[in-house]
Amino acid sequence: MGPRLPLMLKDAGLTAFVAAALGIFIVGFRTVDMGGGKGLGFDYHLVDLLVAVVVIFIGRLGLSMAANGLRWPAIVLGVAMIVAGASPMKLPSGFLHWFVALGGMLLVIRAIWPWASDAMGAAARTPSGLALGRAGSKWFGWLLLAFAVLLPFSPVADQKTMDLGVLILTYVMLGWGLNIVVGLAGLLDLGYVAFYAVGAYAYALLSTQYGLGFWTVLPLAGMMAALFGIMLGFPVLRLRGDYLAIVTLGFGEIIRLVLLNWFDLTNGPAGIGSIPGPTLFGAVFAETPPPGKQTVSEMLGIAFNGNHRLIFLYYIILGLALITNLFTQRMRRLPVGRAWEALREDETACQALGINPTNTKLTAFAIGAMFAGFAGSFFAAKQRFISPESFVFIESAIILAIVVLGGMGSQIGVVLAAVLLIGLPEWFRDLGSYRMLAFGLAMVLIMVFKPRGLISHREPSIRLHPAGSGGGG
Amino acid sequence: MMAPLIEVEHLTMRFGGLVAIDDVSFTAHPRSITAIIGPNGAGKTTVFNCITGFYKPTVGRLTLRGGPGEFLLERMRGHEIGQKARVARTFQNIRLFPGMTVLENLMVAQHNKLMRASGWSLLGLLGVASFRRAEEAAIELSRLWLERIGLVADADRPAGELPYGAQRRLEIARAMCTEPVLLCLDEPAAGLNPRESAELNELLVSIRDRDGIGVLLIEHDMSVVMQISDHIVVLDYGRKIAEGAPAAVRNDPAVIRAYLGTDEKALDG
Repeated sequence: MGPRLPLMLKDAGLTAFVAAALGIFIVGFRTVDMGGGKGLGFDYHLVDLLVAVVVIFIGRLGLSMAANGLRWPAIVLGVAMIVAGASPMKLPSGFLHWFVALGGMLLVIRAIWPWASDAMGAAARTPSGLALGRAGSKWFGWLLLAFAVLLPFSPVADQKTMDLGVLILTYVMLGWGLNIVVGLAGLLDLGYVAFYAVGAYAYALLSTQYGLGFWTVLPLAGMMAALFGIMLGFPVLRLRGDYLAIVTLGFGEIIRLVLLNWFDLTNGPAGIGSIPGPTLFGAVFAETPPPGKQTVSEMLGIAFNGNHRLIFLYYIILGLALITNLFTQRMRRLPVGRAWEALREDETACQALGINPTNTKLTAFAIGAMFAGFAGSFFAAKQRFISPESFVFIESAIILAIVVLGGMGSQIGVVLAAVLLIGLPEWFRDLGSYRMLAFGLAMVLIMVFKPRGLISHREPSIRLHPAGSGGGG
Repeated sequence: MMAPLIEVEHLTMRFGGLVAIDDVSFTAHPRSITAIIGPNGAGKTTVFNCITGFYKPTVGRLTLRGGPGEFLLERMRGHEIGQKARVARTFQNIRLFPGMTVLENLMVAQHNKLMRASGWSLLGLLGVASFRRAEEAAIELSRLWLERIGLVADADRPAGELPYGAQRRLEIARAMCTEPVLLCLDEPAAGLNPRESAELNELLVSIRDRDGIGVLLIEHDMSVVMQISDHIVVLDYGRKIAEGAPAAVRNDPAVIRAYLGTDEKALDG
């Protein structure tokens, strides 16, 4: 420890210096209107800067300690930071407390990570650990499903939770849909949100212009999105990798710009409002029935409650997502699904085996687009108002992040990543604009500790020897 | 002699100004192993790429007669050559699906047959019995090949985890699972040790004799070529310089010149 400590201190000092030099302009002060015609003045935040620099100094020191095997000192530093963050000490803003504590937590996690991963690895290799792992991966999905089905009946199911549940499930469904394209077929699609938009506008237009109901339009919207997928896919699917990504990115933007500028059809940036919600056997969710319709509370003879609509929406999206999942699982075990995965692995070899690469990719693209179309028309029915603003590139990026971070091709991984990436920022809404930090943090942590995604294990689509017979050697 | 399985006539392939293959003609027969040999850069793999549709030949006709009918390979799209004319190939640098299991690799090879059986996925989604029977038959064929290459126990392991020699054999088995009439092997013995190389010889001979198909073989390993080939075509700088039975080719002065680089004078003297 002796000879290395000065080096570490020097390194930490240098890092803190760079942070201070950069931070002084960003955090250190800002210009404010002095009011009363006195022009602009400076508002100093030097304490914030000082705290940040100290945290960075200690953090860097702790990280180099942990990297050099000095785990205990690193843990002590980390715990000290957590305590300091949680202490009632007076800092200029509540966020700084969070900042100090989060820094400490990261440090502690980094310091104990080698032990934890060794211990987990060793436990997973023992026979009982192996059995537990297999049972866990088998039952984990069912447990999640049971939780999702029972959630609306649980005491935590207030409006906020249900809203969040609907939001997460929408992204789970989009993630599962994109998983077919990116995870299975290996086609990097950066414009997936375009098909979501097609589905949403299909429902919005058909319901407001022609009075068609949600359940009639749902399949139509899916077909329409699939058609767009084929239309886009036919010319571009001969491209590979990065080139395909750029073309799909462009397509996503084109769709958005068309929606924005085709004023006669889409009402442009003003969007489409008063879209009817989904009905339950023809009955609507409302306190007073519109002419010629029945409300659900009348039909079922229960008291009106605003939450019923939300719970109904929740079950619709849960059902749609489960259909997506079942369909994908089933397709994976069919020849076409195996061909998708083979295309991802090696397109040249596929061609040599007599597989038509264009058609196979096209099916993946069209099916992925179809599910985005379903999700889009659900989104329109839920929001009752849509505008091109909902279908910007960042949505595509988030859905792609869910698929990649979840572990390409893993269905459960998508669920976990959606909960993490959509749920966390929503829960941390109290942090204001800092909540995007939670999004970024979740992303960085996954990439550092699980570079191949949360679930990187791949279950074979077919087995010669029954699972767990040890036949794999 | 039997009618030729594939007839290559006046095959020429130019890349810009470079003539990779120059007016090469040869034939290969069913139930026989035809080796294409030659020094590095002689154009052997280019011949394969023309036959299997990865390149469109500049000039020439490639007629395949066998199995389902007569095909002009130079007019077919890449994947159709595997699908309709039933020509299968392996690659110089192994091209398995490394993330998929050994069995899955063999199932992908039976894609077209299974796609038809699954009614282009519609019947398969419904789980129709006829599809399940077809799938079981496909697994059975895969198991047969796994037995022949000695990989039954590894069936559920990712193909990328197999040792190198096993990956070579698996690639051949995968090509055979497409039920081809012509099998094109691009340097199957590259990187194999003498024991694995001997096993490969046995496998190739059994493919010729038991399965009765034609084998086209590019190989540098002369122990493989001389032992198992029925017919050898020698290329040098894109031209055919000799052709014939192994013993004849071995003593051909043009072949010796191409391989040993002896100049004309030394040979004459």
